[in-house]
Order: sequence, then structure tokens, then C-alpha cells
Amino acid sequence: MENLDFSILDKAIEELGNKESSLISILQRAQEYYRYLPREIFPYLSEKLGISEAKIYGVATFYENFSLESKGKYVIKVCDGTACHVRHSIPILEALRKELKLSESKKTTDDRMFTVETVSCLGACSSAPVLTLNDEIYPSMTPEKAVALINSLKENV
Amino acid sequence: MIKSRQELQDLRASLNKAYNSEIKRVIICAGAGCVSKGAHKIYDKFAEVMKDKGVDFSLELAKEPHSDSVRLKESGCHGFCEMGPLVRIEPQGWLYVKVKPEDCEDIIEKTIVNGQCIDRLAYSEKGQVYREQKEIPFYKKQTRTVLDNCDKIDSSSIEEYIALGGYSALEKAIFDLDSEKIVNEITESGLRGRGGGGFPTGRKWSQVARQTNFPKYIVCNGDEGDPGAFMDRSVMEDDPHRMIEGMMITGFACGANDGYIYVRAEYPKAVASLNRAIKQATDLGLMGDNILGSGFSFHLHINKGAGAFVCGEGSALTASIEGKRGMPRTKPPRTVEHGLFDKPTVLNNVETFANVALIINNGAEWYKKIGTEQSTGTKAFALTGNVKNTGLIEVPMGTTLREVIFDIGGGIRDDGEFKAVQIGGPSGGCLTEEHLDLPLDFDSLKKVGAIIGSGGLVVMDNHTCMVEVARFFMNFTQNESCGKCVPCREGTKRMLEILNRIVDGKGEDGDIELLEELGEAISATALCGLGKTAAGPVLSTIKYFRDEYKAHIYNKKCPAGACKSMKKIVISPGLCKGCSKCARNCPVSAIHGELKHPYEIDQTKCIKCGACLTGCPFHAIKEC
Repeated sequence: MENLDFSILDKAIEELGNKESSLISILQRAQEYYRYLPREIFPYLSEKLGISEAKIYGVATFYENFSLESKGKYVIKVCDGTACHVRHSIPILEALRKELKLSESKKTTDDRMFTVETVSCLGACSSAPVLTLNDEIYPSMTPEKAVALINSLKENV
Repeated sequence: MIKSRQELQDLRASLNKAYNSEIKRVIICAGAGCVSKGAHKIYDKFAEVMKDKGVDFSLELAKEPHSDSVRLKESGCHGFCEMGPLVRIEPQGWLYVKVKPEDCEDIIEKTIVNGQCIDRLAYSEKGQVYREQKEIPFYKKQTRTVLDNCDKIDSSSIEEYIALGGYSALEKAIFDLDSEKIVNEITESGLRGRGGGGFPTGRKWSQVARQTNFPKYIVCNGDEGDPGAFMDRSVMEDDPHRMIEGMMITGFACGANDGYIYVRAEYPKAVASLNRAIKQATDLGLMGDNILGSGFSFHLHINKGAGAFVCGEGSALTASIEGKRGMPRTKPPRTVEHGLFDKPTVLNNVETFANVALIINNGAEWYKKIGTEQSTGTKAFALTGNVKNTGLIEVPMGTTLREVIFDIGGGIRDDGEFKAVQIGGPSGGCLTEEHLDLPLDFDSLKKVGAIIGSGGLVVMDNHTCMVEVARFFMNFTQNESCGKCVPCREGTKRMLEILNRIVDGKGEDGDIELLEELGEAISATALCGLGKTAAGPVLSTIKYFRDEYKAHIYNKKCPAGACKSMKKIVISPGLCKGCSKCARNCPVSAIHGELKHPYEIDQTKCIKCGACLTGCPFHAIKEC
């Protein structure tokens, strides 16, 4: 991460305004670009925005959507909202974790191909249980279908 | 760009004429449920088939349509998600369910060209075929006002919204009414906040209207984070202008020129839809400076949430818009005095704003006729869980749970037995069979320890373990607790530990009482709404399903048969042929035996994975 490109941050600050209320939006842009929040951007943003590094770190760690670790190429989010939960979403999560040798603490495979996490409600409750693969919704999932999906992705690699 | 009231009225008249001259329409539901089941493909297929067959069709509201032209469009959510993808045919009003791309040719040929209904695609229940959408039991008991446009218009078209009377309430508000009249009308209508608490909207507005500290702000809470709720999502995605119009009227009534919409990041389509709608309204001159020459200016901004449930709480939401950690603060001062950027702020939720234009257009008297005396209007609910017809519904306040679950929802899935319904998400509670005839309104629910919340209704059948459900909600709340106040941060953690223990079969005598004591203490002392209501699901499940808790703790049994730790997998010696397949399937070598003799499971090693169960060719293995 020696050659981290900060121009995306400059552009975000220019467009969203150099003010505290833009911080979350700037971090969202940064995460979209880098696919996570590299720690190196905190001192840079701190200087630019005049907000302490501690405050920026506080915001980045407070919100669930920000990740300080890089994610896999394929991000799978298993919905564990109430509707999905009562239609058995946990066995799907367990099957995926087993297949990819992941756990609650280890969310990304070593080859950085897959990240498996949970999300509380995607608002697609009528198609429960659902999961998303890079933000595309897959309805009425089962553990078997989920594993088949992983295997088809592996074949494409 | 339109600059005057007259120009807007002229535009509306011409758009309305164009809309009404569309006779034949093929409307494809493009709500999240149908899209995930392939609605876009069906839309493309229809266009392809009509092109091939030389059928005259249009994808947009044509300026001068002619009577035999067919309008093809994707609308917002029709609500009947279970039966998707849905296609409605107009002028007949026929609804085709579970449509596949290969049905498109048939539909064009038989229905569009020859006017015949294809009964195999119509909805049928108990042997009866329902051709028309409005006759289907799912729709019959509904009153769609807030969601009225969702299944009609193309959400990406401001023209269609205007054609159906859009922005006429704004026009009326800024030219014919003044602040006082608008606030009075809303107060008189009895509208109460749809976000959960049910606070009278008119009272909130009047408190902000009389503040003299400028600028003031209008904030829309679109952070619909309750698991199992997606009503606001539908309004934001499918009819964004209705909500925006409501926010602008609120701004005019309360003296605010800026509004913020806080949308959760999990709804990217809603963010896109709102951004597009704001641009359209601004380009057309309906938003911005000196709207229609009235002297009133209004600007809207969108803030995307970053995944914190607590941001649904007012002061946490405004902190998040300010770029800070979304943590609630002590109140007073209240948001109406010191809200966003420490200025007077009206904070309402999506559905509340979506009601405003209806009230201004039709009057408080009309509005009061819907619903009950103390809870006027309609309420949208997301009906999910173990119910046959899942989907998005809108019913008058005061409709009973029985009507919602059994008439509209069609009863329990797989003909199971109704056990409970969770209402109001993690802040709410459960209702049981004894509450089936309870009217769903703010006050009746409060009396039985539940809340309407934002409107998620998760139906549970007899295979759902209520202790596990309580644990699920506590896990959610604990995860989302912001950590600012001790009762919520520590209390929810301890409650979760106890619940985990009970579900794992390690419950102890006194656990129920301890949960009750903790729950009451947290409710009484937590800082914000999230904490105060965190114990709701636990306390209400203890109240109505105490025996189920007892069975877990004292008998180490889960009456619903759902808790894994209490299951025991056994081989029936009479049925086992000793083929050894189970022993080979077992990942932990917990099964032993001698070929051609009954095998046995070592319960101390068994991890209850079920691999033996599904593999047994003689059905000799069962759970008990």
C-alpha cells in the first residue's frame, strides 16, 4: 500500500464540500474506490478536513458498512433479518462458511476471492431467505443452492 | 422549466390527457421481489415479442398516443411478492402471476391482440380462478392510498406522477394556503407519525412553525432498519415524488428551505430513485429557488446511511447527517427546538411524508373517514415469515390481525398452525392467538405491550421457537447498541448471555426472573428508544410463552423442536438394516456398529449435523 492514490479523496472533498458533515459521504466514496478503508487515508483526511484522526477513526469504526480490512472479490451477504431468520437463513450461512472454511471471525478466504458476512435485512423479505452476491439479490435460497453458487463462481475463476 | 402555477396546470392537463389516452397497458411489477425472480427479463421479452409481431407499442408516456397502441412499462411494487413476477393487463385489470419469459408470446397473442384471458396465468385459490386483480382476496381487503401509485406509474417518470395529479397539493399549499392553515389541516386530520411512536404530526409541525431560530430543517427518516420491514423502501423507490412533495409542503408550512433525506445504504435503488426524482423536480422548476414564482424556495439533500440501526433514532440520525458517530443524546432539548445543526427540525418518516399530499388535496375530513378515531388513515405493513401470501400491504388503521393474516395473507404457509406474530421489529413484541381480533392501531397495540413500529409483521408458525426468536432480537439489538449508555450496552449483553445459555440447553433456575428484572431495568433507564424498547421481544415472549421458556430451562426440551442443542438423533433398531452408510457419512465418527446389525449413535460425540439422517436409505434415523 505504498502507492495509495489519494486523488479520489481530493475529488470527493471538492465535490462534497470541505466540512465535517461530508465525512461519512467521503468515507463511502473512499470505500467504493478502495473496496475498504485503508488506514493510511485517515491522517490524510484529518489534515485536509481539519478533523482529528481519532474522530475519523471513531466514525469509520462506528458504522457497520465501513471495513478496515480488504474484502474478497465476491462479497456474499446472507440476510439474517427476521423474515429470513424464521425461514432458516442460518443453515445457509453455516453451509457457506463450511464450504469456504470461514467462520464468524474469519470472513474472507486467504485467496481474497470470497467474503461471507451477514446483514440484518435487505428489505427483500418476501423472497426470504435471500443472500446478495456483490449486491445482486438471490431469492429463496437453500444451503444446497448457496454452495452450488459458490462452486459455479469457483469454476469461472 | 415551468415558472408559474398556470404553466404547471397546463402541463398536468396535457400529461393527464396523454395518460388517459393510453388504453392497453402491460404493466410489469419491478419491485425487489419480482426483480429477483426475473421481472426485467420479462419486460425485455415483451418488447422483443411485440417488435417481432409488429404490434404497435410505446415504452414511454407518448405525447400523442393512439387507441390501439400498447404501453409497456415497469412499475413499482404491486405488493403480491409471493406470486411474482407479476404482470397486469389494462384496461381489463387482469393480473397474471408467476409469469415466465416463455409466457410473453401467449400473452401478447391471446390477451393483447385478441382480448382473451389466459386462466392458467391468473391467480387461483381453492379451485377458484380470479382474473381481476381487485377481486383477489389479497387485494380485496386493502385500501391503497399511500401506495396507490406504486403499481401504476413508472417511478422514473415525473410526467406520470404529474399526470395523476402530482404536485397539485404543493401548488395548493403555496398559492392557496398559509402555514397556519396547513398545520391546522394536518392537525385536524389526526395524522400520527408512521415511524413507530405515533406522535401527532400536526403538533410536531406547529412546534417547529412557531420557532424563530432560523434556518430550520425538514428531515426524512428513510433509515428503515427494522429487520422484516420494507414499506418505506417501496415508497422511496416506487413513488419518490409523493414523499418529496410531502417534504416540500412541510418546509413551506414550517418555514424551512432545506430538507435532508437519510436513506439506509442497503437500499441503493431507493437512493438512485430519490436522486433522479430530485433532479427531475429541480429541472422542471418544482424545486429550487422561487418555486413557480411563489417566492418559496426549497432544496433537498440525500444522506446515505452507513449501517447503524440506532440512526433510526432522531438525535442519532441528525448526528449522522452532521458527519458524526450516530449516537443519541439526552433529551430535552427536543429535535423540534435543537435538531439538525442545532436548529429547529421536523423529523418524520417516509410514510408520514407520503400521507401529506393526500391530506392537503382531499382534506382532513376525507382522511378522518379512513381508520379509527384515534388512529386515522391507513398503514402499510410488510407481511412476511411463515404466511402464505408474503408481500406489501396497506390497510385502514384498525383492521384486525385476523383479517391481515388470514384474509389478506391467506393463512399459514404449508397449512401450519398459527403461533404468533412479531410486530414492530426489535422494539416491538409478539401477539398471539388471543390477539387475532385486536384492531391494529397505535393505542390498542400499546395496551398489550406491542407497538406498530414501522410496520413489519413477521408471522410465525408452530415450528418457530419463541425463546430462539427472543434471542435473535436480543442479538440484533445488542449488536446495534451504540454503547453510550450503560443499561443498554451492558444490560443487553447480559440478557443475550442468558438467552444464549437457555437456547443451548444450559438454562438455570431463576433465569426467567433475572431476564424480567434486567428487561424492566433497561426499559426504565436506557437513554434512547432503542434501549428502552430493547427488552420488548424478550418480555413479551416471556409473558405469552412462559411455558416454553420453562421447558427449555427445566426439561431441556424445545417444544417447537427448533433448538438444535436439544435435539437428539437416534437410530431405530427395528428399522436399521446395518448397512453402515450412516457410520461412513458421520463426520465425527459418532456412529458405531456391526454390519447387518443395528447401529448406534454415541450422543457424547454427535454434533447433530443431520448427515446420517438425510442419507439413511431405510428412514431408520430420526430426531427427537
